[in-house]
Amino acid sequence: MPSATPLVDLHGIAARIGVTPILRDVDLTLGPGESIGLIGANGAGKTTLLRIVATLLRPSAGTGTVLGADLTGPDRYDVRHRIGLIGHVPALYPELTLTENLAFAARVCGIDPSRSQDALEVVGLAAAAGRRAGESSHGMQRRVEFARALLLEPELLLLDEPHTALDPAAVELVAHVVDGVRKRGGAVVVAAHDAARVAPLVSSTAEVKGGSLR
Amino acid sequence: MSGPVRFWPQASAIARRDLDRERRSSEVVWITIPFGAVALLLIPLAIGTNEKLLRDIGPGMFWVVVLLFGVLTSVRRTSVETPAQRDAVALLGIDPAAEFTGKAMALTVMLIGFELLVGAAAVALYDIDLTGWPWLLLVIPLVAVGLAELGTLSGSIATSVNAGPALIPFLVAPLAIPLLLGATQGIEAIHQGEGIVSWMLLMAIVVLALAVAGVLTARPLQETR
Repeated sequence: MPSATPLVDLHGIAARIGVTPILRDVDLTLGPGESIGLIGANGAGKTTLLRIVATLLRPSAGTGTVLGADLTGPDRYDVRHRIGLIGHVPALYPELTLTENLAFAARVCGIDPSRSQDALEVVGLAAAAGRRAGESSHGMQRRVEFARALLLEPELLLLDEPHTALDPAAVELVAHVVDGVRKRGGAVVVAAHDAARVAPLVSSTAEVKGGSLR
Repeated sequence: MSGPVRFWPQASAIARRDLDRERRSSEVVWITIPFGAVALLLIPLAIGTNEKLLRDIGPGMFWVVVLLFGVLTSVRRTSVETPAQRDAVALLGIDPAAEFTGKAMALTVMLIGFELLVGAAAVALYDIDLTGWPWLLLVIPLVAVGLAELGTLSGSIATSVNAGPALIPFLVAPLAIPLLLGATQGIEAIHQGEGIVSWMLLMAIVVLALAVAGVLTARPLQETR
């Protein structure tokens, strides 16, 4: 158990889609500088748990706080800009260039949009900055999402199957981003089905099976 | 980590994003504007070349096409937004009211462009009487703002109830009636030498009511997606 105030502190979380239970009685505590791997097969409930931690989905039961905000209270809106979520489906605008996608995120968060170019350089996409996202490969789009995380510097980073579509060189990039968040005193949750790939990134792992965390 | 950004910078960033997306995809320019112009062209072919009749129905036909265009553009805007993009926007900490405002601003610009281009086609095809045309400088933006607000609000409602874009026409069409009435009857009133102020007031009230509704419901609608 971490001694500092937890960044994520969930108790008895349950979730259901319609009448189908997805998560049941999940407890999760994560302090500053910590990272955890959620390992489980497809449909185990990993993505649902990440969306609850991101405050995007209300649990059907349980209580908790994320970055000090009540999971179901109105103050959760105020912490959302401190949470980064990289899902397995890229969330870029296909008509915009890679730079424009990052500049949009920077602009609405009050960050100088010119820093987008620096972030693209770190992820090895400086030469492709003017290419439209829709004309870029899935792997490139994933790199841009990591560039967005570098640019916005979230305190809580949530990664859903982060190695999908990434080449071996880009896998180092994932570690770089995760390390950056932890060194800043943030926390990282990585959901994946492959425990061996996640192990180097995290300080602990838990298995998600049948909607429960073990 | 950045701090919270104020309402208007966020709204203008959203508007800029949507206009950039439109500029790149050119859906309005290459699909919807030609569609609107063709619709205006087909009507005289269908009803014959009765010049007086065309002149009489021309303004009404124009506003009906503008309404249909507003619906079409709103449907398109909603259907191209993916759940992952909506999640990303929520996690950027964007105020949903600013998102509503920014989307409506961008849609307004597109609709004004459409009204001007298709309006020019309507004048040429229907020989529309332009008496009192300076009032159009007020009517055109009011209709555009109202339809943009209505389309954006309907898109949010359709998304929140998981109904998809199919619901949008059923939401927009009845609520757009006051705007359609205000525009057509207002222009008619000018031609009859009557006052247009009451019709302008009706449109202004609708625009204001939609703005208030859009801003107030933005957060609840985002949270029920």
